Parts: sequence; structure tokens; C-alpha cells
Amino acid sequence: MYNTPRPISLLLGFLLCVLAFYPLYGDLVFGSKASFFMSKLTTIVIFAILAMSLDLLVGITGLVSMGHALFFGLAGYVLALASPEYEAASIWYILPLVLLCCAALGAVVAFLTIKTSGIYFIMVTLAFGQMGFYFFNDAEFSGGSDGMYIMLKPDVSLGGIQLLNLDEKQTLYYLSLACMVFVYMVLRMILRSAFGQVLIGIHANEHRVKAIGYNTANYKIVSFVIAATLAGLAGFLAASQYGFVNPSQMGWHTSGYALMMVIMGGAGTIFGPAIGAFVFEILHYVFESFTDHWLMLMGAVMICVVLFLPNGIGGALLSLVQKKETTGEKNDG
Amino acid sequence: MAEVLLKAQDLTKNFGGLYAVDSVCLELMKGEVHAILGPNGAGKSTLVNLLSGDIMATSGSVMFEGQELTKLPSYKISHCGIGRSFQKTNIFPKLTCFENVWLAAQSRQKTSMRFFRPARKMADVKELTMTSLKRCGLEARAETVASSMSYGEQRQLEIGMMLATQPRLLLMDEPMAGMGKEESEMLVGLIKELAQDYTLLLIEHDMDAVFAVADRLTVMVNGRVLETGTPEQIKSSQQVQEAYLGSEGGF
Repeated sequence: MYNTPRPISLLLGFLLCVLAFYPLYGDLVFGSKASFFMSKLTTIVIFAILAMSLDLLVGITGLVSMGHALFFGLAGYVLALASPEYEAASIWYILPLVLLCCAALGAVVAFLTIKTSGIYFIMVTLAFGQMGFYFFNDAEFSGGSDGMYIMLKPDVSLGGIQLLNLDEKQTLYYLSLACMVFVYMVLRMILRSAFGQVLIGIHANEHRVKAIGYNTANYKIVSFVIAATLAGLAGFLAASQYGFVNPSQMGWHTSGYALMMVIMGGAGTIFGPAIGAFVFEILHYVFESFTDHWLMLMGAVMICVVLFLPNGIGGALLSLVQKKETTGEKNDG
Repeated sequence: MAEVLLKAQDLTKNFGGLYAVDSVCLELMKGEVHAILGPNGAGKSTLVNLLSGDIMATSGSVMFEGQELTKLPSYKISHCGIGRSFQKTNIFPKLTCFENVWLAAQSRQKTSMRFFRPARKMADVKELTMTSLKRCGLEARAETVASSMSYGEQRQLEIGMMLATQPRLLLMDEPMAGMGKEESEMLVGLIKELAQDYTLLLIEHDMDAVFAVADRLTVMVNGRVLETGTPEQIKSSQQVQEAYLGSEGGF
């Protein structure tokens, strides 16, 4: 549960290389569409971050949130609202501000919802997500349902020298990729830490965790805040990429897609939801090229995943590897 | 033996009109093994749940080592030095024995809000985990997934987890429930061993086991204490025989 088996690490490393070297082979494979696909990949990588952050709640702590996009969207609005009108915001203050706002709202939502569990937690988080959606949808200052433009992308410079230019597609691509790896590492670290052990216990049997002396509510709140902050990082990157933010980014559709990515990829495996994000978005792209009703096809895929891969792609990979390693000695009832 | 470790005064819990526990007074002496007997529905488990903070009392008070426990939630009571095991096996089925006990041992750290260091590097927690596993007799099963163990071993694991929280008082709710003869005998041995170091409050239906280990007994009927005394006093009590032991036919 705590160590990624070697074959999986190798596979993840390989997939990461495929992504990292895209600029080298993109032109050869996709020709004139290479640049379009790089933007697409950036979007997917950002969704992978969102899905992994949601996995901390769904797969690790056992809290199924249907309002996770609230923080994804909020990050974009904070970026748009706090940026100066005619110059680029410096990333050194705007990024911490965005993350702080997401953490703060995460703490408020967690504090109000954490006493509920199961279906009630799903409904209450959904309600908070929709509250955010309608707040920004109806607010004059944030452009209503049209949303807001972020004319100038955050400026990454140190001592007057520009380090990264986020207007360049490739730079943003690599920045997102680096953030994805960073978030994965952070979540692995949390999982192995003393805090992570308690979360795993809460998922398995919260009553027992309380009985051996943990105030489980506090651990769940902190887990929620961390997940909200990481979702905020994804939202920050997304808003930087699109150059605008609108209410639909925090609506329940987005929360639902993130949840589907987690389920497809395998809740609780952390790397799984990242893979889930890729599979979901690639299928989305392919289905959309056939029909406007791509969600119908996606629904069919979801049903198949739930039926045939109940632990998602990540879970299936893990059991495949473990079967080979232990030749049936360990019984995972 | 003379020092009072825990004192419950007029402890009452009602669920609507049903008084599951009705003005119970109970004194546990330091170092004793105190068993609670009573027919089904007598309120024994509710009493243990009140003492461990799993449910809140309607009225009455509980004092433990001079500290008021009455309104404290279960996680705080655990830190006061009261450990408990459950009637229905209550473990983390998908984790290994080691991981189950680890989590209990880790709760004795000042805080588990630590995010950076790998948990397994905490040497003191590891040591406490291993001692507790050894104590409950599951040392050899450390790496076995809990759900794949026998029922008796799962009950042992439950005790191991309780011990890892370093309690001074153990509340054991029917530790032998559903066990075979051999397993029960082993567990009676284990309880006798534990009795040397801990104060025990034991709920048990197995009369042989109870009379083999208990220093004092409390008999409950319909949420009330009928009588408290040594095994001999209880055996010879007219009142108890009529209410409870008589129906068993053995005494």
C-alpha cells in the first residue's frame, strides 16, 4: 500500500518520458496539429493534478466530494481579480495568494461539512460547489456567466530577469508537468507520513481510529484543506493556460469529471487518477469527434470500468504486478 | 488493592423510555479483575460504551484517577489511560497485523499531524508496536493481512491494539465471544497474564472463564446493579441465583 511496486514505477517513468519528450517528436507524429495537441496535453496534465488532489479525499481519506471543482475555479477567479489591470502579476505573490484563498475556503467548507459522512457528505459538498458556481455566475464584479479575462499571464521573474514566459505554450507545458510530478511526490510523502497512516485508518474504520485516541475530525479537515490547496494549484495553471476563468470551471460538471477520472484511474492509488485523467480526456477527444453526445459514450465506458475494473486502471495494474510477485500467497480479502 | 481507580456514580443512559443503564454505581480497584455478568439486555455493553466515551451518559458521572471523564469523547478517554476492545471484532481488515497495531501505537505520539517524515522511521512507535504484538501473541503474524486470519486471532489483534495505546485500565467487551474451546483457553491464559499488569473490566458470558479470572463480580439485570462481590459471595447469593444463575442451571 505504501510503496509503488517496481514495474509500476518503471511504467510511470516511461509515461513521464513520453510526455517530457513530446516537443521532440510532436511535429513528426502530428504535423501541423502538434501545437494544438501540446495545449491539449497541458490541459490533461492540469486535470491530472486535480484528479490526484481529489484522490487524497476520495481514495485515501474516504471522503467522496462532489464539489472539488469549487477550489479549481476559485483559483482562477483569485488570479483574475487580484492581478493588476495593465501589467502581469508576479507569480511570487499571486500564487501564494491563490493557494491561501483555496486553503482558507477549504477550511471553511471542511469545518461545516466534516461531521457528515457518506451520501450526506456528497450532497453537502455538491451544495457548496453550486453555491460557488451561482455566486460567481450572478456576480457583476466577476463578469457573471461570461467570466473574466486574464489579459496578462503571471510573470515569473527574479531580480528583473524573466525566468519563464507563461505565454509560451511549451514553457507552460513543462511547468504543468513539473507541478504534476511535484503533487504526486507530495501525496506519496503524505501517504507515508504519520498523518497519512491516520487517514488510511479513517478510511478503513473511523470508529476504531477514534477509539484508539485520534480526533478524526481534525485529520479529515486537514486532509480536505490540503486537497483544496492542490486543486487550487491546478486551477491556477488552468486559468494561466486559458487566459480566462468562468463559472463553469467550478460547476458540478467539472467536479463530476474529476470524480470520474479518479474512479477510472483507481481511487487510492494516487498515480491511478493521473492516468485516469489522460484516459478520460483522450476518450473525450475521440468521442467528441464522432458525436456531440460524447457523454453517452463516456457513460458506457464508466459502466464497463465499474463492472470489469472495480479498482480502476491503477488497481488492475497493481493486482497484476502483485499476483506475479507473490504467486498467490498473500490473500487480499 | 485498596486504591479506587475508576468510580461511576449513578450512571444512567436512556434511549427514549428504555433505561439501558439505570443509576449504576461501580468502583474499580487498582489491579483487580472485575467481571460484569448479566443476561442479554442487562446493559453490560452500554455500560462499557459509557465508560469508554463511545456514547454519552444521560446523567451521572465517571471519575478515573481523580479526573472527571463524564462528557469526554472516546479519543480523549483513550488518552486518559482507558483502553477497550469491542464485542464485535473492530479492526482494520485490509491492513496487516503490524499496521493495525502500529496505528494504535502511533496515537501515543504527541501529535500525528506530521507530514514529512515517513511514519515507519519512528523508532519508538515501532518498538511499542512490536512489544504489543508480542504481548498479544501475534508476533509471528505481523505481516499477515488481518482479514485473512482466524476469528480467534482477530480477537487477539483487538487486544494487541488496545495494549498499544498504553492503557492502565482495560475494558474488554466479551473477548471470548464466538471462540472455540481451545482459543478460549488460550485467551483465559492471556487475560490472566494481563491481570498482573493492568486493571481489567471484563464482560463475559463464559462462567468458567469468569470465575477463573475475576477478583470481583458485578451482576446486572435490566440496567441495574443487582449485586457486587467476590465470586464466592455471588455464587452463594440468593438474589443472584434467582435472577440469573438459576436460569443457567449450573449453580
